[in-house]
Amino acid sequence: MSTGSQKIPYSQPVLEFKSSTFSVPVLVLSSNDLKIIEEQLQAKIQLAPEFFKNSPLVLDLQELNKQSVEIDIGQLVGLIRNSGLLPVGMRGGSTKQNTQILALGIPVYSISSSAVSTGSHTQKIINPLPVAEVKKDTTATDKTALSSTTTLITQPIRSGQRIYATGDLVVLAQVSVGAEIMAEGNIHVYGVLRGRALAGVRGNLEARIFCSDLQAELVSIAGTYKISEDMEETVRGKPVQVYLQNNNLIIRDI
Amino acid sequence: MARIIVVTSGKGGVGKTTTSAAIAMGLAKRGHKTAVIDFDVGLRNLDLIMGCERRVVYDFINVINGEATLNQALIRDKNCNLLYILPASQTRDKDALSQEGVGKILEDLAKDFKYIVCDSPAGIERGAHLAMYFADDAFVVTNPEVSSVRDSDRMLGILSSKSRRAELNQEPIKEYLLLTRYSPERVKLGEMLSVDDVQEILSLHLLGVIPESKSVLNASNSGLPVILDEKSDAGQAYVDIVARYLGEDRPHRFIDDKKGFFGKLFRRSN
Repeated sequence: MSTGSQKIPYSQPVLEFKSSTFSVPVLVLSSNDLKIIEEQLQAKIQLAPEFFKNSPLVLDLQELNKQSVEIDIGQLVGLIRNSGLLPVGMRGGSTKQNTQILALGIPVYSISSSAVSTGSHTQKIINPLPVAEVKKDTTATDKTALSSTTTLITQPIRSGQRIYATGDLVVLAQVSVGAEIMAEGNIHVYGVLRGRALAGVRGNLEARIFCSDLQAELVSIAGTYKISEDMEETVRGKPVQVYLQNNNLIIRDI
Repeated sequence: MARIIVVTSGKGGVGKTTTSAAIAMGLAKRGHKTAVIDFDVGLRNLDLIMGCERRVVYDFINVINGEATLNQALIRDKNCNLLYILPASQTRDKDALSQEGVGKILEDLAKDFKYIVCDSPAGIERGAHLAMYFADDAFVVTNPEVSSVRDSDRMLGILSSKSRRAELNQEPIKEYLLLTRYSPERVKLGEMLSVDDVQEILSLHLLGVIPESKSVLNASNSGLPVILDEKSDAGQAYVDIVARYLGEDRPHRFIDDKKGFFGKLFRRSN
């Protein structure tokens, strides 16, 4: 075989670990009745068979465990695999369930990073920390930390341009139609916002969009979006903020 | 040191070539040695507008490929001896343009010329990209209608991110707005975007407004840049634009409809 002559010397690294983010559907279960689960899962798959074919899937057992309902992990995984889906992780399980799923070679994820909206969480969303108070508390070192994660744009963002900020994004100029701005944190636009603005793109449900003149094509917080056509006339062309409340996207005057 | 001006728009048919011919002629008439280059390889038109189509021997691509020298390919304008035209090739396509080749030609021209006007093709592909890549100033030609404005906006984004100045982290390209085919009457009737509407969308320094005018088509047909037609409003508008670009302060003349304009004049003369 050709491999013998083509082997790369050991001194050179042949592999590299990189961090990457993927968007994977999460299956949230609220019943342990495998028959009903199978029925409803099949019904969903029938809606878009190509989309679900060999799709990776993360199981979420948080709701079940909140109700202290047991479920047979082995059978559940079997059922999902038979449906043509590929379970690649589980979260929100009990210690026992975690052990069971690990035995099947499926990793366990923690629930904390992108929490499902529950009663206690919505409370937190409704009452965000007053911004002024946060500012008062920031020390000099915090400020530098803040500035290093805030991206500041002073030039107009033109049609076709894309901006991605790992923290907050502050734009002091306009965002044109056809431009796209994304931030893992909040977005502030002090010019006219005509393009697309997506805040909390890695699942931060508390991210907000603030703009001094809303004419956007689309606004989105953590994946929940509203397109221009669905925005009410009463909020157009005004200074507004956009945030999530009980998984609903709220656009309100500042 | 030469100043490289790109005349660009994104959208086709808005008046890039007309503008390139007019401002190149205007700059030359003001005593600056100027070259104008047609980047629209395969669809050359500048030579027609400049009235030198029967004198084309070698072209831009010949020079890039080393088949002719720059001096062999440059055509001296018959109306102004400070103006030279470098025509595009009609038998080739945009792939014949190379970044090194274009850069070398501009560098050579810069030794001898004060202004180099690059007439960009429509679109955002290779020809348009190379036309703007080396630019110092950009004249963004826009018609007062939404699709042209949006395409200009897209072009402005490319100017600020994909030019040589952007890549070398130098001072950005200076961008100017030229609003062409403007009809104040139609703006009044709400059929056309106004100067203010376009300014609001693009937020760009307005260098001038060229009114919709029959003289533009007449000029193209006769192969004389419209700026030489001193009686026409479009010709005068281009004269103003060249003067403003050279740093003179001139009031905008063609934004209001004619009645209003003459009315104002009348009042002033009283």
